[in-house]
Amino acid sequence: MAGWLMTAPVIVLLLVFLVAPIAMAAWVSLSDWTGIGSPFASGVHSVGTRNYQALLTQSGLAQQQLGESLRNNLYYVILVVPLQTALALGLALAVTRKRLTGRGFFRTAYYFPSITSSVAVSVIFLYIFASTGVVNGVLSYLSLHGPNWFSDPTGVLQIVYSGLGVTQPPAALANHGFLGLAWWDWLAGPSVAMISLITLAIWTTSGTFMLIFLPAIYAIPAELEEAAIVDGATGWQRLWRVTLPQLRPTLFLVLTLGLIATWQVFDQVYLISQGNPAGTTLTPAFLAYLESFGNQQWGQGAAIAFILFAIIVVLTIAQRLILRDRSAGERSPG
Amino acid sequence: MSRQGQRLAGRSLLYLLLVVCAFVYIYPFLLGIGTAFKTDPDATAHPLNPLPAHWVLTAFSELGEEDFVRWLANSVVVAVFVTAGRVLLDSMAGYALARLRFRGRGAVFAAVVAVMAVPNVVLLIPKFLVLKQLGIYDSYPGLILPLMTDAAGVFIMRQFFLSVHPSIEEAARIDGAGIFRTYWSVVLPMARPALITLTILSFQGSWNNFSDVLVAHQSPSLDTLTTGIGRMVSGQLGAGTQYPLQLAAAIAMTVPVAVLFFLFQKYIMRTGQGAIKE
Repeated sequence: MAGWLMTAPVIVLLLVFLVAPIAMAAWVSLSDWTGIGSPFASGVHSVGTRNYQALLTQSGLAQQQLGESLRNNLYYVILVVPLQTALALGLALAVTRKRLTGRGFFRTAYYFPSITSSVAVSVIFLYIFASTGVVNGVLSYLSLHGPNWFSDPTGVLQIVYSGLGVTQPPAALANHGFLGLAWWDWLAGPSVAMISLITLAIWTTSGTFMLIFLPAIYAIPAELEEAAIVDGATGWQRLWRVTLPQLRPTLFLVLTLGLIATWQVFDQVYLISQGNPAGTTLTPAFLAYLESFGNQQWGQGAAIAFILFAIIVVLTIAQRLILRDRSAGERSPG
Repeated sequence: MSRQGQRLAGRSLLYLLLVVCAFVYIYPFLLGIGTAFKTDPDATAHPLNPLPAHWVLTAFSELGEEDFVRWLANSVVVAVFVTAGRVLLDSMAGYALARLRFRGRGAVFAAVVAVMAVPNVVLLIPKFLVLKQLGIYDSYPGLILPLMTDAAGVFIMRQFFLSVHPSIEEAARIDGAGIFRTYWSVVLPMARPALITLTILSFQGSWNNFSDVLVAHQSPSLDTLTTGIGRMVSGQLGAGTQYPLQLAAAIAMTVPVAVLFFLFQKYIMRTGQGAIKE
């Protein structure tokens, strides 16, 4: 009885502000509610899966925007997750070296951006990536002309293509597509503007993940390392044959957490770019917000949120299966 | 090169890399602090130099005109209530889940873990809907209540209580103290390290929270530092590109969290870590 009493406040709060809202949003995503009055009022009707169809199967603006946001977020994930994981691991390995002076200072320096709010970090990045900002200042020292970061919608891969002489899309890629977006646009890569958001994400979160790696690195038995040294392994070999295999569970954890977090990018988009320029920093999370709070298309906004939810769940499960299969395979003799 | 020479070169390279990285992580903050004391033209003309040509407090006095004090007060109110709520409710639930035997305990814990897995961003629209339905949208309770508990905090506290031997509490129980009395006067004082960690995480989390606050209100009078500065930055208050003003706001809002971080660094850095052997 006392057990229920002590857990009751938490249970009630989670039910009211988590479970009930999800149920309500599920209803709204199937309705024609316009944001006026209660979604349970008699004037609100079920429209079945119409909101989902408009997004997934019918060509139109809704579908095209969802396609764009998924493309943008996909490139964001593909760049941020591996880079922040590698950087976090590198920093963690560096600050756990034996006989290191200034260990505390370095850890604090790398971790500090992680405790700062997304708002403060966004303000700082707006300044350093401004057209007359630090980044372009450094580039000009290297005799490079920096772009107008936040207003340049050019895809990074498109710059590469045109460098290779391909300026016009092949007809096959221009005329066919997926989710209202031509394949040529899917292959455009992250925009120049998106690169600044990607940099921000890597800079802010690598410290958090460094912190997760630290205990795992300390937990590696010293004998393993010593045995490898006796066997004459070089530092590089020890890293790949001894350290990394020992860190595999932590590596999986960091990759999973990174994947879940990067599909949810919202604050920075709202604060820095609002989806601009030309929709190249639009993400599903921001699109859901824009459709519902901005355009009063609550059904569609809620539907986008659930589609995003499904994407995160499916990708997390898929990643678990793939990584588990691989590690199981490597453990088997042979 | 001799073996020792090689080692020396290796170590120098390691330090060089560490210092360059530290510079990349710290310099943006130094630049932000310095620029907050610059004039607008100075900020645009010398983006690389963190030192102002002339130190001015214009940006900070302009902050006063932007309702900054009101945002600050709201942030304090939200952070204090959320932190107090989380520390009390999460530790109570964590204790019950770790120690008390009751029917349905396994199910409650499973539900808490399941809740942790729901992506927060997916909940923005749902949260707004429920606040509207309850009639607390655009009010202080609407800002505070949804953040008042978090499954992760319950989880942290449960893990802590599982790691402590129950012998002291059992002694108190044998002496005739009831469950709540034991919890309040024996268990809580013992749980100090975990409570400090939870306090800092909750304060930092609610102080820095942007998206949940954003969807819980529309009146400018309810803006916290995050949403107030957010509206200022995204151009809704017509501040344009007054970098010193924006950076002054960003730096000022970071100070409390930074102070907390430096005071209690041990507790924060430990959350990611188990026992450290150094």
